[in-house]
Amino acid sequence: MNKILIVAEHDGHNLNAAIAKCVSCARAIESAHVTIAVFAADPTAVAAQAANIAGVDTVVTVAHAANAHALAATLAPQVAELAGGYSHVFGPSTTFGKDLMPRVAALLGAPQLSDVMAVESATRFRRPIYAGNAIVTVEVAAGTQLVATVRVASFEAAKAAAAAAPISAATLKAELPTHTRFVSISAARSDRPDLQTATRVISGGRAFGSAENFQLLYALADKMGAAVGASRAAVDAGYAASDMQVGQTGKIVAPELYMAFGISGAIQHLTGIKDARTIVAINKDAEAPIFEVADYGLVGDLFQIVPELERLIAAGK
Amino acid sequence: MKRILVAIKRVVDYNVRVRVKPDGTGVITDGVKMSINPFDEIALEEALRIKEKGLAEEVVAVSIGPADCQQQLRTALAMGADRAIHVQTDAVIEPLSAARIFKSLIDREQPLLAILGKQAIDDDCNQTGQMLAALWGRPQATFASKVEVGATSATVTREVDAGLETIEIDLPAVITTDLRLNEPRYVKLPDIMKAKKKPLDTLDPAALGVTPAEQLRALKFEPPAQRSKGVMVKDAQELVAALRSKGLV
Ligand SMILES: Cc1cc2nc3c(=O)[nH]c(=O)nc-3n(C[C@H](O)[C@H](O)[C@H](O)COP(=O)(O)OP(=O)(O)OC[C@H]3O[C@@H](n4cnc5c(N)ncnc54)[C@H](O)[C@@H]3O)c2cc1C
Repeated sequence: MNKILIVAEHDGHNLNAAIAKCVSCARAIESAHVTIAVFAADPTAVAAQAANIAGVDTVVTVAHAANAHALAATLAPQVAELAGGYSHVFGPSTTFGKDLMPRVAALLGAPQLSDVMAVESATRFRRPIYAGNAIVTVEVAAGTQLVATVRVASFEAAKAAAAAAPISAATLKAELPTHTRFVSISAARSDRPDLQTATRVISGGRAFGSAENFQLLYALADKMGAAVGASRAAVDAGYAASDMQVGQTGKIVAPELYMAFGISGAIQHLTGIKDARTIVAINKDAEAPIFEVADYGLVGDLFQIVPELERLIAAGK
Repeated sequence: MKRILVAIKRVVDYNVRVRVKPDGTGVITDGVKMSINPFDEIALEEALRIKEKGLAEEVVAVSIGPADCQQQLRTALAMGADRAIHVQTDAVIEPLSAARIFKSLIDREQPLLAILGKQAIDDDCNQTGQMLAALWGRPQATFASKVEVGATSATVTREVDAGLETIEIDLPAVITTDLRLNEPRYVKLPDIMKAKKKPLDTLDPAALGVTPAEQLRALKFEPPAQRSKGVMVKDAQELVAALRSKGLV
């Protein structure tokens, strides 16, 4: 049997949607026994959500005031202590998982695979390297405890369970450091869908020229029920917030529809959108590399096309 | 001495379109332009700025890998690092081995900060800094977009999925850099000349008590699935009609 521990990402109230995708990845391993660990100040609500994912065998909670904010330095010793006896320790390939899991791996003395995109067996996995320009198949020796982050865009979310998995509470001995302290988080609150789970994403690039012009995209997004993303150039220039960056070093998105406005299609951007079902590119340069991956391409000026699309889409409803 | 250790990895330049070898044993690196990993350049720039503010006295650039890594270390010295350490090896260095090597250097150098790139753009692992912090038993501030160093602690703003998070960490600590932390300086010709005289020590991993383990065996490399080229539409109307027919808008 392969015992797999998945570390839950949550905001204290809601389980992150990435976790149901981690469960699908874990379930792809033969004879898997899947446990979700919830570390929180009060894990009750999140644990109940975790227990309701199909394919989860058990949920373990660790309640501690120090777990009110997800700090890798605080969580890692707890995860490492809990991980004894598990063959695999998984987290999502979000900033939460990327921050935490390597710290866990080093405490365990275990190797880590980042961004697992496919499972071939309990010891053999595939992952992208070089901004997705190559896919490598990697094998660990049987019996080696493995830590991994799951590239969530590569997996469908596991469905809701018919019956909830049992939840148990664990008490840990790990000494928690006080050298790392949470100060604040500034998250732009918006009613728009989340980039990484949205079914439609529309992104803007350097071509917008200013933060004011970038607003054009929000107006269209609201008509479409889409999330808004951006290229690195647009974020660097201050047109969009850093958490909107899509690509190798930003977020990987996998929507039904991805529309790129005034984005050239650098490899670092493309690697973040290749999992989209349908890609649409709008660019005034007919030679822009983005057209090589687009299902629909439109050559033209976005300052005309964005308002036009907004009108046409609104009219059709 | 208040010292900052900076990681410098030699990688295929970010402008190169990387291709898989036809026999699937790796990617083509022969005759390909190599550079400092862009995130490490940002790490070095940040270390230099901290030193220029008088908050550190020495910046040490460290690279692990084959003999050619010295080119990148010379560039780091030209950018302004005071000295360099090359841990020379032809072995495959997995992140955990790299972290063990850095940890052993930390024991020797006793730095105030170790600054690393958040990921290397070749293996895209995003692990070494966090692993180093764990082995060292010290704080980690990953994906930093702003760093303020105080006397005994630092305040770091981090780019996270939800937005920007600020944490406070006691020193010494590990910081990993995100893209927007700074814009690295350009190297000037006279600096390249000066860099030739700066000290560059060479060690091997064994001298640091580390035997690089290969726990993750790469079996084969493949090109990614290609998306087929689609169709061009003539205007917004045709585009909306096409998307509507697929139920996408
Ligand atoms: C280490 C590293 C990591 C990186 N990570 C990322 C990442 O995660 N995500 C990312 O996106 N990038 C990333 N990049 C940057 C990437 O290489 C490109 O520089 C960036 O994606 C370019 O953004 P852009 O397409 O908006 O800008 P540009 O390349 O400048 O393209 C602008 C496009 O807009 C078009 N245009 C201009 N005006 C109009 C108009 N009026 N109407 C229509 N079209 C117009 C132009 O024809 C052009 O194609 C990374 C780079 C490095 C070195």
